[in-house]
Amino acid sequence: MRRQGLARYFRSGAIWGFIVLELIFFTVAGAFLSNSDTGFLDPGNMLLLLKQSAPLGIIALGMTVVMINGNIDLSVGAIFALCAVVMLDSMNWPILAGLGDWAIPFAWGLALLTGMGLGLVNGLIVWKTGVDAFIVTLGAMLGFRGLVFMYNGEQPTYHLNWTMVDIAEAGIFGLQTPVLVFAACILGVWLLMNKTVHGRNAYPVGDNREAAVNAGIRVGPHMVWNYVLIGFLTALSSITFYSASGSVNPNDGMLYELWIITAVVLGGTKLSGGRGSVIATVGGIIAIQLMRKGLGFIGADTAMVNLVIGSILVLVLFLDRQLNRKSKQDLRI
Amino acid sequence: MTDTTPALRLENIVKTFPGVRALDGVSFAVLPGEVHALLGENGAGKSTLMKVLGGVHQPDSGTIYIEEEPVVMTNPLEAKSKGVVFIHQELSLAEELSVAENVYLGELPRKRFGRVDWKRLHADTAAILDRLNCGFGPGAIVGELSIAKRQMVEIARALTVDAKAVIFDEPTASLTDAEKEVLFDIIRDLREQGVGIVYISHRMEEIFRISDRISVLRDGSHRGTLITAETGEDEVTRLMIGRSLDLSRNVARTAPGEVAFEVRGLSCEGLFEDVSFELRAGEVLGFYGLVGAGRTEIAETLFGLRTPRSGEIHLKGRAVTLHSPVDAIRHGISLVPESRKEQGLVLGMNCRDNITLPQVDDLTAGPFVSDGAEIAIFDQYRDRLDIKTPSWRQQVGNLSGGNQQKIVIGKWLAMRPDVLIVDEPTRGIDVGSKAEIHNLIRELAAHGYAVIVISSEMPEVLHVADRIVAMYHGRIMRTFTSDEVTEDSLVQAISGLGQDSAA
Amino acid sequence: MADVSASDGTALRSVGAFLGRHGIVVAFGLFMIGFALTNERFIDMDNILGVIRSSTILGVMALGVTFVVISGNLDLSVGSMMSFSTIVVLDLHERIGPELAIPLMFAMTMSLGALIGFLVGYLRLNSLIVTLGMLSAIHGLTLTYSGGQNMDIADQQATWFSVFGQGRVLGIPVPILMFVLLAVVLATLLAKTPFGRKVYAVGGNDVAATFSGIPRARVVFMTYIISSFCVATAGLIQASRSMGSQNTVGQGMELEVLAAVILGGASLMGGAGTVFKTVIGVLILGFIQNGLLLLGLEFYVQYVVTWIIIILAVWLDIAVKRGRLWSPIA
Repeated sequence: MRRQGLARYFRSGAIWGFIVLELIFFTVAGAFLSNSDTGFLDPGNMLLLLKQSAPLGIIALGMTVVMINGNIDLSVGAIFALCAVVMLDSMNWPILAGLGDWAIPFAWGLALLTGMGLGLVNGLIVWKTGVDAFIVTLGAMLGFRGLVFMYNGEQPTYHLNWTMVDIAEAGIFGLQTPVLVFAACILGVWLLMNKTVHGRNAYPVGDNREAAVNAGIRVGPHMVWNYVLIGFLTALSSITFYSASGSVNPNDGMLYELWIITAVVLGGTKLSGGRGSVIATVGGIIAIQLMRKGLGFIGADTAMVNLVIGSILVLVLFLDRQLNRKSKQDLRI
Repeated sequence: MTDTTPALRLENIVKTFPGVRALDGVSFAVLPGEVHALLGENGAGKSTLMKVLGGVHQPDSGTIYIEEEPVVMTNPLEAKSKGVVFIHQELSLAEELSVAENVYLGELPRKRFGRVDWKRLHADTAAILDRLNCGFGPGAIVGELSIAKRQMVEIARALTVDAKAVIFDEPTASLTDAEKEVLFDIIRDLREQGVGIVYISHRMEEIFRISDRISVLRDGSHRGTLITAETGEDEVTRLMIGRSLDLSRNVARTAPGEVAFEVRGLSCEGLFEDVSFELRAGEVLGFYGLVGAGRTEIAETLFGLRTPRSGEIHLKGRAVTLHSPVDAIRHGISLVPESRKEQGLVLGMNCRDNITLPQVDDLTAGPFVSDGAEIAIFDQYRDRLDIKTPSWRQQVGNLSGGNQQKIVIGKWLAMRPDVLIVDEPTRGIDVGSKAEIHNLIRELAAHGYAVIVISSEMPEVLHVADRIVAMYHGRIMRTFTSDEVTEDSLVQAISGLGQDSAA
Repeated sequence: MADVSASDGTALRSVGAFLGRHGIVVAFGLFMIGFALTNERFIDMDNILGVIRSSTILGVMALGVTFVVISGNLDLSVGSMMSFSTIVVLDLHERIGPELAIPLMFAMTMSLGALIGFLVGYLRLNSLIVTLGMLSAIHGLTLTYSGGQNMDIADQQATWFSVFGQGRVLGIPVPILMFVLLAVVLATLLAKTPFGRKVYAVGGNDVAATFSGIPRARVVFMTYIISSFCVATAGLIQASRSMGSQNTVGQGMELEVLAAVILGGASLMGGAGTVFKTVIGVLILGFIQNGLLLLGLEFYVQYVVTWIIIILAVWLDIAVKRGRLWSPIA
């Protein structure tokens, strides 16, 4: 029992320990290797890091919920792009264009509806057909990407509205809008998973689906709601990102799902469901973003970032396994 | 049993599936404050009956009454809300959640905006845990509790409603002896509180200890209800299988040959200590003990699946080291494992491929697997073991339990082992196949095989074994010859009461 | 007791029994006939060869992944591994010539496969995460190797290297011959040899396989070796076809490959699937793309069609097995 408790403690704390190590390493290494005048821990640098973590981070929160209840969503990258296309294109529609700046809330609303609608489609297919979520969302990843292309061909979609850019770049106390949205989402999803009946039910649904069914939890609708949630969060992420940039390429968001799943797994969420923490996922996202930024800071290129993050993922998996082994009582299988 | 209004009554329940009449007019009643055992072979209709009771299946005809009110139940939750609660054989708890959240799984108390009402949740749970006298609180994380304590959580769950009837489905399967006693105490408490209890188990001895009445199912119909105090195992067995089963001691023994297999001082960290025995060709050695006594772990070690800390294994006088099943098989050791479906068979593969799996490397013509050689082996063992399957192409997942077990045995006989280890050879299979498998084991010994039979059923070891090793807590307490063994001495030995005098 | 209470069970079963076994072939046939009726250019021999030729790279990779999936694992690293082998073989070609470049590239790619096989097979790490990590790591390795530059063969006339991608033997393009040859060899390996039987056993129930004396770890290891061999072959064809390459040439292909394998009926749970059906899955993807192009639709319409087809194919498979169309989950 004690070993398990220790492993549990290590797991929950490990990601923050890792972040501290990264900070120390890059601060020290940066002092020797970096050409920059400011240190790695410069507040401006850290705020920028938080801002850059926001788009992936917001989606990762939804992915955590979906993975805790035993599913996965590989289609978030495509949803991300499609929401942006809908948002930016809708502002060019005559009916919205005539509204001036009042078009903004409508465009945002449409994007959110798009994200939730796509999530709903995934969720309903997973529920009603019983096809594995991995396959359903793998298909959707292709299908939704196809929809992105069908919308506007291979052309980028753009619409620049300065008011929208201002909102997206605004900030309080130096915290910019994306950071604030991210923080609000963290709080919201944390409350959902720790304080509400729906959130608590996600754990038994992922841990032991049959038991959850027998206990009277409506597993199907539960999963659908979580897909709608991840669709919503993906749309929100898309809105915060593209309101500032005003232009989306049909290939945007590709491989996001892989980065996000990496972060969620680094945070300790179990692939097969039933275990995971929202806060640890935030740690996972920050750890990855730190790694990207830190390696850049000391002069390594993106190649090194990919190499290091991939290796760390495998290493974490290995350590987790070593810690959770019941050592000598295991069968040699 | 003063109140005569049954807590739960079934009347003429009929349920058919395409081609099968699973339940054929079953009627029985559970009185409040009664422990009513439900017995029957696999396939007798117990599980279908439970599914009907739990609202998983709807009966074709017939009525369920709770306190003489007819009810219709469409799902497990509805059954629970009407006072019929199940304690399942497999634990169904979420390990990451607290005890309280598990107890009220699916019905967490709510405040506004779908928030959990933690205060009420913990207060209610604490009240229930008090009733059960548990040694843990509502906030404990289930993943950190022992199996027995988890089972208590499961029982606590049953008490969240005003239970009229609680149904225990094989509750002792994974419990140690001490834990079992705690469970029986809880059952007695429930009985005193006027709850009607249905107790499903294969273990005759438990049923006679705990139950007031016994109902027997066979082939989907109700064969009778007996008052426990007025009946005996013979009568129950006869009702269950339709004839009396001769599980008398085996007398016709062949003279054992040379020592084929010898184990000296085998130990494995925390599982078993200082295990020594020898086995002769033509002999059946029974390993008897409680679940958790270390018998299966010894078998796994002898098959190269575990690393022993110390000890020697000698085959035909030669010391061998076993690093993996591959080694064990090469040295002529075979293991028919405890769990047929998880360890014995690849359920999605056909019968032939399962039987030839361990020797597929040798059944080749050039680089390819030889169809002819494989079918020849399949045919040989189908005939020898009387495996009932339409063709070798049948997926083993579609066979009955008895035929599946024969496939596993056939797989290892086909390897022509010197030492055959059989772990719980007849668990969960019907009586007919059981007798066949017992005969087969005796027959193998007569042909000169050295056989180890691990079993939790005393009649089984008494019936098939020449000598019986009694184990307790990872140690061999005593080795009996079939002449000197008595049921009493065997029970004492496996409970740790017998004297440590190795034969 | 199996749940057979659904009223639509029997009807669906009798139709489904056949479809369940040969559904993908039937679907493929119907699909081809449909396109052939709507567009006569579709069944033109040149067109068909063209489709197969453009499917070879995906197809060769799918052959290897079939082994991995049947043994109950995943390989998401094949896309970035293919980029790696393409870049490496082009670079080595310029330095040491094709004779040495090709075997060296195979050795390097297959050692990556061996690493994954070691992690998943011997250390028993989750294959999804390991190969996800390797996807990223190998991409980084490729970029480090190339310095982020595209690779080109400078003097394309002076080398026979183009034969793998552009050559023809008896009028048949060499890539197609390589694909067919590899498919036949691997199909035989999987269906006819003891090793193939072990792959199915490990995927069907790895515990029971171990209890039957099958070295699970070695079998899993070998499936990743086979997969990486196929990836190296695909990289060779890719490099030879274009005689130059970007670092991201294989990006995203891992999921298309997986789609083809699943379309062919391999189960993600392991234990089911065949090389032949994977080939059909690859061809379906290829012909969808081609048919839609001939209908005048853009390439991306195939994404949507593929999505629908994958879900329908897997759904049909599951529906037949459980004897009812809709999932019983409440």
